[in-house]
Amino acid sequence: MRPLRLAWLFFRVGALNDLQYRANFWLQLLQSAIQLGTGLAVLGLIFSQTLALNGWSAPALLAVMGVHILMGGVIGVLIRPSMERLRSDIRDGTFDFVLTKPEDVQVLSSVREIRVWQGVDILVGLVVLGVAIGQLQESLGPIEAVAFGVALVIGALMIYSFWLVVTTVAFWIVRIDEIAELFEGVYQSGRWPVTIYPEWLRVSLTFLVPIAFAVTVPAQALTQRLTPETLALAAGFGVVALLVSRAFFRIGLRRYSGASA
Amino acid sequence: MNATPIRLVSPLRGLVDVYLQEMKIAVAQQIQYRAANYMYMLGMVAEPVVYLVVWQTVAAQQGGSVAGITAGQFAAYYIVWTLVRNINIVFTPYGWEERIREGRLSAQLLRPLFPIVEDLGFFLGWKPVVMLLWLPIAFFLALIFHPVLNPSPLAVAVFAVSLLGAYLIRSLNQSSLGLITFWTTRVGPVFQLYIAAELLLSGRLVPMQLMPAWVQTLANFLPFQWTFGFPIEALVGNLSTAQLLGGLLAQLFWIVIGSILVRVVWRFAVRRYSAVSG
Repeated sequence: MRPLRLAWLFFRVGALNDLQYRANFWLQLLQSAIQLGTGLAVLGLIFSQTLALNGWSAPALLAVMGVHILMGGVIGVLIRPSMERLRSDIRDGTFDFVLTKPEDVQVLSSVREIRVWQGVDILVGLVVLGVAIGQLQESLGPIEAVAFGVALVIGALMIYSFWLVVTTVAFWIVRIDEIAELFEGVYQSGRWPVTIYPEWLRVSLTFLVPIAFAVTVPAQALTQRLTPETLALAAGFGVVALLVSRAFFRIGLRRYSGASA
Repeated sequence: MNATPIRLVSPLRGLVDVYLQEMKIAVAQQIQYRAANYMYMLGMVAEPVVYLVVWQTVAAQQGGSVAGITAGQFAAYYIVWTLVRNINIVFTPYGWEERIREGRLSAQLLRPLFPIVEDLGFFLGWKPVVMLLWLPIAFFLALIFHPVLNPSPLAVAVFAVSLLGAYLIRSLNQSSLGLITFWTTRVGPVFQLYIAAELLLSGRLVPMQLMPAWVQTLANFLPFQWTFGFPIEALVGNLSTAQLLGGLLAQLFWIVIGSILVRVVWRFAVRRYSAVSG
């Protein structure tokens, strides 16, 4: 359990660091509120024209939005900061300092940075989810709750694998800052269930950029659309994604040469 | 002592030269980072594609059209959207924030030139490159989503001119917004409010016909819809001649307002500027 202890340690240090800057909480809250407001406005516009979008009712789509915001928060707190640090370290040659430490390089690179205030999105997502569940007709049993939790963890791990693969490209191509923009753009498509997209896009959003597993599948668990087969597929693909990303990272690592020293 | 006399050119000629040089630099930079550029553009395409798919789905469920807009017209709207969005990339308030926080404005203040002129020229220089890169994206989007549009020659001409208008309006407004960083070091919250207002009031999120009547009325008093809705509608919306030409006049009006605003804010703002070292 050494990786987990290491992650927890870095989390505490990072949290203490961020907690100094308390005004950032209000800035983040304002930002989240603006995003929530525009999201709700779009839902309002759509449901002023129709009663259901491809079989998804308004509360069900609200649940998707809740998961989307929640997962966005998880990415913003835990995944993206470390990956951005990794990217700039590789470019600047300061990655040396990670390599010299007697720990697993991938673990260390993946837990070094966190951003606490992005966690506001996690709270906002939970509130939206709560409202959505209250409005849904179907009752929510313990099985759905567990399936939701499992799907959420699998989804987060897949997004992590995706970010790791993309960031590893920095070992070959120096300027990949725009990849973050690309991901942000593509991530917006997760605000809607991937089932509404045309075939080619749905497949890409499932296996290329795992947004379907990260957002749609957990939301399916809450709205009783999830089959055990889908969850099993998610788990299987999740394991593959983790293994592939680790292997790719190791190949990339061999390309690294420090800038100074 | 025989000093060579300084060759003077007319101020206007000088300004044109500055614009041309800034544009050349921008073109060179854009071509240098082709891959990065393309990733940026592809990320940007995700936004309209999502809107487009959602509204085409709604249209299909409603028997072919929503508020009189068919699936094909939605496709045309959002594909033209991608070009207008790229034309609308301007120097952002975040750029101003960095420029002022790090004191890099000092060097620019030494030049006998209004700093916003450099930004205008530089970002204008992006546009030919951006348009070239946009063509294949538009081609593939058209193959997939089947846009329907039949603009008149006048509509095409007005569309072309309105792109420049949209660029200028958005540049000037965002420059004014950026100048706020002379007073505060963080422009993020204000800028995000601006973007949210733009999303809802410009036709960037949905064609304005889909908005409730009071939102459309509100939008008429604000500059936003002249940067997104109008250029797009000019090409795809079958506007009347009066609407087309009136739209250009409205753009001109907002360009004048924007120029005055940026000048006034600048006069007050620059007095507050101070930098540590050079």
